[in-house]
Amino acid sequence: MGQKIDPELWSDGPEPHLMGGRLPSGEIVFPMPVGDAAEGVEPYKLSRRGKLWSWTSQGFLPKEPYEGPGSGPGEGPPDFQPFLLGYVELPGEVIVESRIVDARLEDLHLGMDLEFCVVPFNATYDTFAFRPLAAKESKAA
Amino acid sequence: MSENVYIIGAGIHPFGRTDGRSGREQGVYAVREALKDAGLDWPDIECAYGGSAAAGNADIMVNELGLTSLPFTNVANGCATGGSALAASQQAIASGMYDLALAVGFDKHPRGAFNAKPSDYGLPEWYGQTGMMLTTQFFALKIQRYMQLHGISRTTLGRVAEKAFRNGTITPHAWRRSPVDLETIMNAPMINDPLTKYMFCSPAEGGVALILASEKKMKELGADGVKIRAVAVKTRPPNSFEVFQAGISIEEGGKPTVLASQAAFEKAGVGPEDISVAQLQDTESGAEIMHMAENGFCKDGEQEEWLANGWTEIGGKLPVNTDGGCLACGEPIGASGLRQVYENVQQLRQRAGERQVPGKPRFGYSHVYGAPGLSGVAILERE
Repeated sequence: MGQKIDPELWSDGPEPHLMGGRLPSGEIVFPMPVGDAAEGVEPYKLSRRGKLWSWTSQGFLPKEPYEGPGSGPGEGPPDFQPFLLGYVELPGEVIVESRIVDARLEDLHLGMDLEFCVVPFNATYDTFAFRPLAAKESKAA
Repeated sequence: MSENVYIIGAGIHPFGRTDGRSGREQGVYAVREALKDAGLDWPDIECAYGGSAAAGNADIMVNELGLTSLPFTNVANGCATGGSALAASQQAIASGMYDLALAVGFDKHPRGAFNAKPSDYGLPEWYGQTGMMLTTQFFALKIQRYMQLHGISRTTLGRVAEKAFRNGTITPHAWRRSPVDLETIMNAPMINDPLTKYMFCSPAEGGVALILASEKKMKELGADGVKIRAVAVKTRPPNSFEVFQAGISIEEGGKPTVLASQAAFEKAGVGPEDISVAQLQDTESGAEIMHMAENGFCKDGEQEEWLANGWTEIGGKLPVNTDGGCLACGEPIGASGLRQVYENVQQLRQRAGERQVPGKPRFGYSHVYGAPGLSGVAILERE
């Protein structure tokens, strides 16, 4: 396990949850606001399960501030590892943008059941992702 | 708002890549073209609004154009910089304070996809660090869902790009001047599924300038003007789905484009069926498709039939992006919105050469969209 890419992004423990915020109106938002915008907002543990709302692939090396494979000193596009990402609807809460892991592009479909997980991101950090429920046992961070 | 406002001069610096000429120099070039078109000299201009996203301030153009002491306001409104400059100059004349105003936009971006700093958009650093802060991903995520919900095929995405490059071949100010066939577009490397390399526009360079006049001034000059029937700029309403959002509300919200479009149609007193030619923001193929519906020209899903039948071709029932749009012209952010208006001015004055739409077009419609969720619409009329 690496360090968390952001210490406040998800809760610790064996069953981590992505951290959102609950506004005074009751609306759930992601991510948890910071600074003055956080006033009156309660940290809120988001559901670990959701449904795929939309998706795409990332096929080229992003520019800065990207810090994943391919971005390091002496690295370049050949070192980049394409990845999948999407929006995941957490029922009754909020739709979150996330990496999608343990899935192939052609298997993704609207409404697909997904589960929160923590995955290695680069030499130092872990990040969060969602994976198909069926892939639960196949990989651990 | 009582005075009628007309565009009496339109100038453009060709889009694409011009080594050795700065973005602002391209803006100055466009201003001189617009002055020539209107039969005016720089000292005639009474006020100016303009800007760029990445090529510096507009107001120091007076170094090249002349120190006439006019008020020159810098506009910095992302993709809507041009649209906001147009709206401001239109208001300056409509208010009765001025009779001649300039709106100018220019830009020059490095190659490759735009990069953005999370803090500029009020987002946490991890969003950029993990590779999620890319405009191209947003476009792909939005069209992917739209295709699933409304039955739009990948071929239709390809047809939009094919049309853009075909129109680019007959547009002197376009960057991409060679046709690209549907098969090449469909089989090109995937950038963000379902969008291939040829379905995205690229950051580019260019400049556009428009000269606006009161009705009185236009008549006095005997100028060839096109009337601004309506300009509307709207930012996002609650619960909308926009570029650079780590979280979206589960409540389906409104869309800034729908709001700007409805406001412009209402102000103009016309409807989508009255429009003769439209320039719709096409940062990628999917955007043109979704914007056809968001601007009220068709229902969700009907784009499949529209593209298959060529209804948005020059000569079709509603020609869309007659100069090849962003796909063929590239996107210099500060200039892009004004390019659309420039194109409509040329079309309505029937000066668009090989790409001229047939008949006598009366109403031209332009629409720009940008981060962090704003849209600008302008409706022009040839009286």
